[in-house]
Parts: sequence; structure tokens; C-alpha cells
Amino acid sequence: MTKPVIRAVQRTDIAPGVAFGFRALAIGLALCTGGVFILLLGHNPFAVYGSMLRGSLGTEIALTETIKMTIPLLVTSLGVTLAFRMRFWNIGAEGQICIGAIAATYFALFHADWPGWVLFPVMMTAAFVAAGLWGAIPAVCKARFGTNETLFTLMMNYLALYIIQFLREGPWKDPAGFNYPKIARFAQSAQMKGVLGIHWGWIVALVLLVLVYLYMRRSKQGYEIDVVGQSENTARYAGMNVSKIIVRTMVFSAGICGLAGMIQAAGANRTLTESVAGGVGFTAITVAWLSQLNPLAILPVSFLFAMLQRGSGFIESIFGISNAAAAVLQGVLLFFMLGCEFFVRFRLTVRKEGVSVHA
Amino acid sequence: MHESIQYIVNFLYAAMLTGVPLMYGTLGEVITQKAGNLNLGVEGMMYLGAVFGFWGGYATGSPVMALLCAFAAGMGGALLYALLTVSFKANQNVTGLTLTIFGTGLANYIGTSLIMASPTESATVAANVINAFRPVRFGFLTDIPYLGKLIFSHSWFVYLGVALCVAAGFYLNHTRQGLNLRAVGENAAAADAVGIPVTLYKYVHIGVGGGICGLGGAYVALVTCGGTWTYNCISGLGWIAVALVIFAAWSPYRVLYGSLAFGTLSILRLYIPGTVISIPPSIFSMLPFLATILVLVITSIRLTREKMQPRGCGVNYFREER
Repeated sequence: MTKPVIRAVQRTDIAPGVAFGFRALAIGLALCTGGVFILLLGHNPFAVYGSMLRGSLGTEIALTETIKMTIPLLVTSLGVTLAFRMRFWNIGAEGQICIGAIAATYFALFHADWPGWVLFPVMMTAAFVAAGLWGAIPAVCKARFGTNETLFTLMMNYLALYIIQFLREGPWKDPAGFNYPKIARFAQSAQMKGVLGIHWGWIVALVLLVLVYLYMRRSKQGYEIDVVGQSENTARYAGMNVSKIIVRTMVFSAGICGLAGMIQAAGANRTLTESVAGGVGFTAITVAWLSQLNPLAILPVSFLFAMLQRGSGFIESIFGISNAAAAVLQGVLLFFMLGCEFFVRFRLTVRKEGVSVHA
Repeated sequence: MHESIQYIVNFLYAAMLTGVPLMYGTLGEVITQKAGNLNLGVEGMMYLGAVFGFWGGYATGSPVMALLCAFAAGMGGALLYALLTVSFKANQNVTGLTLTIFGTGLANYIGTSLIMASPTESATVAANVINAFRPVRFGFLTDIPYLGKLIFSHSWFVYLGVALCVAAGFYLNHTRQGLNLRAVGENAAAADAVGIPVTLYKYVHIGVGGGICGLGGAYVALVTCGGTWTYNCISGLGWIAVALVIFAAWSPYRVLYGSLAFGTLSILRLYIPGTVISIPPSIFSMLPFLATILVLVITSIRLTREKMQPRGCGVNYFREER
């Protein structure tokens, strides 16, 4: 077997400053690559990045819109983080958001006459329970038969999407919509009111952030999730009921994603459409991963992603750059971050005639 | 009698055409997974193939260049994925997902730019590129009733896909390299121990798999969409391809009828007269996905060795880790 010239050695530990340095370098390189991309399009990268900043933070309206975009991303990322810590690849957040929104919409459409202090808790509970049960299906199959959860949850996204389409064209079609297939706008009483200029979904998001943090770091169940994630055999040896933990965690994970759906429907859109999730479920996966599955890091990272998206919408109107550029920049940023984790986890050793020298 | 047979023939013909991009995407992903890597970036690689294949045909007016560009673009995306997962040991799920986000964004970006740059506000490849992918005739064979239409009147693009599936099946089952590849996918450490260059095998097959996915994207752009760039043209086909891999049980031969079955399910709605049964279109659209879920669950209950995902799939191999 040939001896490789460069080989990777797993680091036992790394100074937090060095790890931070690597990550900062990766973000810097990603911004440079994005800059070259913008340059190739014939624009000044500094002007474009500057406008993205102004478009997402510059005015009070811009900032409000960015925060509104952060809310579903934050909540959904918290949800998928729970499953990911267990190494359960829940790629189905998109569908779970839809299901949560559907359940909440039922009460918003048909029970809008209930007083707010009854209606909203019911909507939230319904969203959580419906999405949780939806998420329990792949979890049970995984626990019982070892069914691949990545592909299962992925397929369920499409089912959820088509259920909304079914409701929109059939049972829930707006009777006042002149036969145009759409779901009616929620009554005033079923819309989430603004608190400090933004619908109160942000309060729910922050409360969830604290709850998820405490659950993961301070509870026995949170500890069990980590053990199952590291090694199922260890968990079994320690007497944990692995199947139960998988299903329970997935119910919480999907339920939280469902809450994001309720917030989007009742807070942001004030109706139910097929774009209620609009890719948030997928973006949340990358947000959770970039945050190292750390709930506290999810807040700034999801805000950053919201800035990126909001900023891209802004540069579309100014420079005529298609807003698909947001996805490109997001992809570049992620590629660099994924690559950089290698240098955080491993160090490279160069072999020189029998003696190895640390590089 | 004649009319109803003709109706069924037309239906099957349309199902075949719908299945072609799925066939390419699925075959590419089968080869990738045989190397032990689950690449969720099929959608992204198909988008890359679609937009660069389109651009190749648009800029050069040559159908061959269109195909080469599509293959190279899909391969480029796949090699980026290989660099991150094989060499840099990044998580395969997240890397694949990123490739999908990136590919979708870049394709729609370039496509929209081409449309905006064109004075007619739409971008279509030259007629000779479109004509190159029209159905061909095999003399009298094409005139055989029913069968002629079903088998001998497709575009070269379709026959190329079928040939690739057969060739890949032969390669995996009857060549030394194919055997080595399967070893890499099942147990990379064991393959490494007997001297198979694991990293090289992974790079080559992930790359070629991505290139084939790219061809599937080019089919969508140049044939399904008729050579006119359409925003969001792939719209989930790549994800169905990932699902079809399970349906095909990781066998290139089964990819052939798996893609036909999925093609059938996708267009069933258009061919069942509303008077027979009236089912809302949204329920019909669910069918392929429901079928995949059923297959996924059933295969996981009935564990047969030959019909399972390669065991090393999804886990990165690091020689010094045990």
C-alpha cells in the first residue's frame, strides 16, 4: 500500500480561538468567492454587499421584515436540531410546517368566533399535535423496522404539500373567491396581533429557544437524546428504551416545526397557501448544522440567513440580479463552512522521508 | 378495439417519456450509492446539467456540446460533493442538501440571466439542437403496429439512457472494477485492507454518477421543455429519483422498469377519463410519493441482503477510525 504524502490526523482538542479563526476564515473566503461571482456578473461586489446590508438592516421596515423572516427559520431550526442530535435525519420539516399550518387553519377558519385566549392556545396545540403525529409515522417505522428516515421524511413533504392543494381546491375553497381556488383570509380575530411592530410569533420563538435549550442541556430526556445519537448500543446497555426515545424526540421535533407553520399561517400570511413553508424546512437544516446543533447559536445564524434572503430580494430591485442569487450565496457559504469543519476536526501531517512533520 | 389499444399505447409511450429524466437521475444515484455515498444533491446536479446543457446548446448550437456540458456540470457538482464528503469527511446529508440548494439557485440564476439578456425575453436553443433529440425512425421496424411506436420511435436520448442502465448493470455485476466498487460501498475498511484504492473509486463513481444525473437534467431542458428555458424546470424530479433508487433496489436493470412505473403514476391522471372515477388531481399527484413510502417500509420489513442499501452508505470512511 502506498504511503500518502499528506495524511489527516484527528485532533484530540482544539483551542476555541483557533476553531473560531478557521470559521471566520471560511466565512471570509465564502464572501470573497461570492464577490468574484458578483464581479463576473459585472457588478461591484462592495456595492452589492452594501445594499444587501442596507436592504436587510438599513431602515426600520427592512429590519422588521428581516426579523419576520427569522421567526420561522429559528423555530424550525430548533425543531430539527432535536432530531439531529439523535442522528435522526429529519428532512421533513417542510412537510411538518405544512401540517401544523393546516391544523391551525382549521380552527382559524371555522372557530374564529372563539375568544382569543381560547382560540390561539387551541391553534398552537393543534399544530403541535398534528405535526407531531405526522412526524411520529417515520419515527415508528425507524424504531420498529429500521426504515430509512431521511427518505421517508423527504417523501412526506410532498404528501403534505398536496394535502394543502387538495384543501385549497376542494373542501376549504373560499366561497367568496369567485370560484378562484384559494383559502379564505383569516378573520381578524384569528390573526396574530403585532407586539412592538411584529406579530407575536417572535415571543413564541424566543420562549421556544429557552425551552429547547433547557430541555437539551438540563433534562434527563435531553441527555438520553445525546446518548442515542452517539451510540444506540451504549443507550441500550444503559437500559434506555431506544425506540421510545426515538419516537418521543421525533414528536417534539416535528411538533415544533408544526408551530412554525401555525406562526406563518396566522402571523405572517394570515391565510394558508402551498408556499407556507416555502423552503424554510430545508434552510433550517443548514442553519441547524451551521450552528453545530447548539440552540443558542441558532438565533444569530438564522438571523444571518434571513438577512441574506431579505438582502437578495433588495438587490434584485436595485441591480436587477435575480433573487436566485440568494440560494447561490447560501450554497457557497455552506460549502465553505462544511469544508472548514474538516480543519477544525483534523490536522494535516506531511510525511517527509520517514519522519512526519506537523503542518 | 383498435382505438382502446391505441389509447393504451399512447399512454405507455407518454409514461416512458415522463420516466426518462427519472431514469438518468436514478441511475446516477445508484452508481453513487454503490460507492457508499448517499448524495441528496441529485436535484441540484440535474439543475446544473439542465442549465449548462441548455447553455451549451444555446451558445454553440451543437447537440453534442449540449450533452458534454450537461455531463460536465453534473460531474462538477458531484466532485464538489466528493471533495467535501470523501476528503473532508463532511456530513453527507447536509452536503447533498447544500448541493441541491446551490444547483437550484445557480441554474435559475443563469437561466433567468439568459432570458433577461435576450431581446425576445425568452431563451430557446437553435432548431438543429431540438431536432437532434426528436424521435428517430428505424425504417420498417417503426411501422410495426403498436410495438413500433413503443420501442422503435424514441429520441436518441432515450436509447442512450437505456444503454447506460444496461452497461452499468453489466459493469457492477460482471467486471472486477464493479466488484471492487461494491466492496467499497459495503465495507470500505475491508476494501482498503485488500488494496482497493477506496478514495479513487469513490471520486470516480460519485463523479460519473453526477454526470449521468446532469444528462437527466439536460433531457428536461432540451426535450421535455422543448429547448426553451423554463424557470424551476426540474421541480422535484431529482428527489423522486432519490426515492426511485429504493424502488429499484440499487439495481441498474430495475431502474428501467422503476422509472417506467413512476412515469405511469405521474401521468395516470391525464389518461383516466373523469367519467370513470373522479379523484381530485392533488390526490393523483401524491401517488408516486405514496408508492415510494410503501416500498421503503416494505423493503425495510422484509430484509433481503441483495435488495438493501449498500451498508457503508451515509457513513464517511476514515482509515484511522475504528
